[in-house]
Amino acid sequence: MKTQNVIQVEGLTKMFGDFTAVNAITFEVKKGEIFGFLGANGAGKTTAMKMLIGISSPTSGLAKVAGFDVYKETESIKKNIGYMSQKFALYDDLTVKENITFFGGIYGLSKKQINQKRSELVEELGLVDVTNSLVSSLPLGWKQKLAFSVSLIHNPKIVFLDEPTGGVDPITRRQFWEMIYNAAHKGTTIFVTTHYMDEAEYCDRVSIMVNGKIEALDTPKKLKEQYKTDSMNDVFLKLARG
Amino acid sequence: MKIILYIIKKEFKQIFRNKGMLPIIFILPILQLVILSNAATYEIKNITFGYVDLDNTKTSRGLIEKFEASNYFNISNRFSSEKEASNNLLKGAIDAYIYIPNYFERDLQKHKINSVGVYVDAIDGAAAGVINVYITQIIQNYSRTITADFIQVSDAVQKPNIVDSIPLFWYNQTLNYKTFMVPGILVLLVTMITLFLSGMNIVREKEIGTLEQINVTPIKKHQFIIGKLFPFWVIGMGLLTIGLILAKIIFNVPFVGNLVLLYGYTSVYILVVLGMGLFISNFTDTQQQAMFIAWFFIVIFILMSGLFTPIESMPQWAQWLTEFNPIRYFVEIIRMLMLKGSGFMDILPLALKTLAYAVVMNALAVWSYKKTI
Ligand SMILES: Nc1ncnc2c1ncn2[C@@H]1O[C@H](COP(=O)(O)OP(=O)(O)OP(=O)(O)O)[C@@H](O)[C@H]1O
Ligand SMILES: [Mg+2]
Repeated sequence: MKTQNVIQVEGLTKMFGDFTAVNAITFEVKKGEIFGFLGANGAGKTTAMKMLIGISSPTSGLAKVAGFDVYKETESIKKNIGYMSQKFALYDDLTVKENITFFGGIYGLSKKQINQKRSELVEELGLVDVTNSLVSSLPLGWKQKLAFSVSLIHNPKIVFLDEPTGGVDPITRRQFWEMIYNAAHKGTTIFVTTHYMDEAEYCDRVSIMVNGKIEALDTPKKLKEQYKTDSMNDVFLKLARG
Repeated sequence: MKIILYIIKKEFKQIFRNKGMLPIIFILPILQLVILSNAATYEIKNITFGYVDLDNTKTSRGLIEKFEASNYFNISNRFSSEKEASNNLLKGAIDAYIYIPNYFERDLQKHKINSVGVYVDAIDGAAAGVINVYITQIIQNYSRTITADFIQVSDAVQKPNIVDSIPLFWYNQTLNYKTFMVPGILVLLVTMITLFLSGMNIVREKEIGTLEQINVTPIKKHQFIIGKLFPFWVIGMGLLTIGLILAKIIFNVPFVGNLVLLYGYTSVYILVVLGMGLFISNFTDTQQQAMFIAWFFIVIFILMSGLFTPIESMPQWAQWLTEFNPIRYFVEIIRMLMLKGSGFMDILPLALKTLAYAVVMNALAVWSYKKTI
């Protein structure tokens, strides 16, 4: 039985003026997969992701996310995806509870659904004690967990995580990945960028982007074989340095 | 609808949690109202005044006495010749003088035309205008009383030519400038605060990145915009209310018009301002940029609102430009409603223009708001 592609990208390109930030990338992501989207600073990861989540129009190429076209059906895409930005993008002056309620509300969930989902998420993420604290008072790791929970509030088919663990301590990182696994287990497709190569090992497949192009795409195991090394770090260095 | 409520709730929470912002919204405008209303006045007192009286009769001295009796004039000097008076005006020793020619009394008795010369130092044009009005008024009043006297003595058939006082004072008989200024300043307050707050609010979400988080949700443009702007609409109406109460308590400004009309009009007017705020925020990336552009427009709007300089005295092209100035509409309407007691039909033309403006402005704002860049 053929598994279903939830993301299908062909020759997707984004130009800013005459600078090509994303250069004709092609790949697909299967349902339930954890897909690692690697690349050095400025490689074009965030730019590519923004096209896939429907907040940036591609210059050329084709892409379908959850079966919807990134040019014409962005609002349908948005119903089916969650997004956690590289920059923390929740409200500092609202409490954990208020943030979850607000985003649940604008995703159109009912009050009952919001309450249920909120207690579930808060429990799962270990945020019970701080539900009524202002987000500004939380440490970064907890904020990131909150952002993750908000991206999952409407049970999306796919979540896009842009460096979810940037600047977070190793223990919290570990917990974070457990949460990612949990979500993937329940059938959510995970599209994640990271700079930590140990995290790359946790992914089902990874792509490595260099200067706007995807230079390698496979399982971590196969990539290591191909580049004759035993760590993803070396694979990355070989590719990124050219 | 439910989605809009979630946004409104969140917006109010943030506004009332922001301890730095609350005073800006409510205390500053009150200070502004009190300070500006007292400072921004056309009223000019202690005008140093001289005269040349070549006639030197009972009638001419009577006129000078009128000036002496007025609170506004300090009689400094009687000059013997026009040249001397004019020199003093040039030096700045006096602000104005009048020139009463020979045969002033005789000509008046015979109903012959005679004229009193009025000379005003016009370095400050606005002040000169006001002084001129004061002087003309005194002379006109005087001429009215004495012509009436002469009619009785001489049984003249000719009707004296009486000129009406100028309309500026018509509905504000006591010449109380606060009465005239307070409603106008109230308009500025409501406009400035709602424009700045709405313009900055959305740009702020852009800056901190939360706008992006909202743009990846399937929320509809209109839901977001209504939810975002409604709280500022409420604040605008709240400011109007506070301002009206202060106008009554502190300045004792009469309110002769219909309060419902004023609120009805303001509710439409604020939509124009909010539409502008949103429009500005769509084309800016930082709060500074938004603030700068908002200021640019506010300054033009204020100076061309008819509040500080009469629109009638602007050049024709500038008068046309004021057609695009929402503050001008509101200043006119609030004065009509508060001081003149105008009714629905009186304000209807301006109200319809404002409504059209609101529709166009908000259409532009919604159109230029893009969830996808
Ligand atoms: N709006 C924009 N206008 C012009 N250039 C841009 C814009 N956004 C991104 N770029 C450029 O495109 C390139 C790719 O940026 P992008 O943010 O996608 O990289 P990234 O892979 O996410 O990097 P990082 O790991 O630092 O997050 C960079 O050179 C960046 O400067
Ligand atoms: Mg990035």
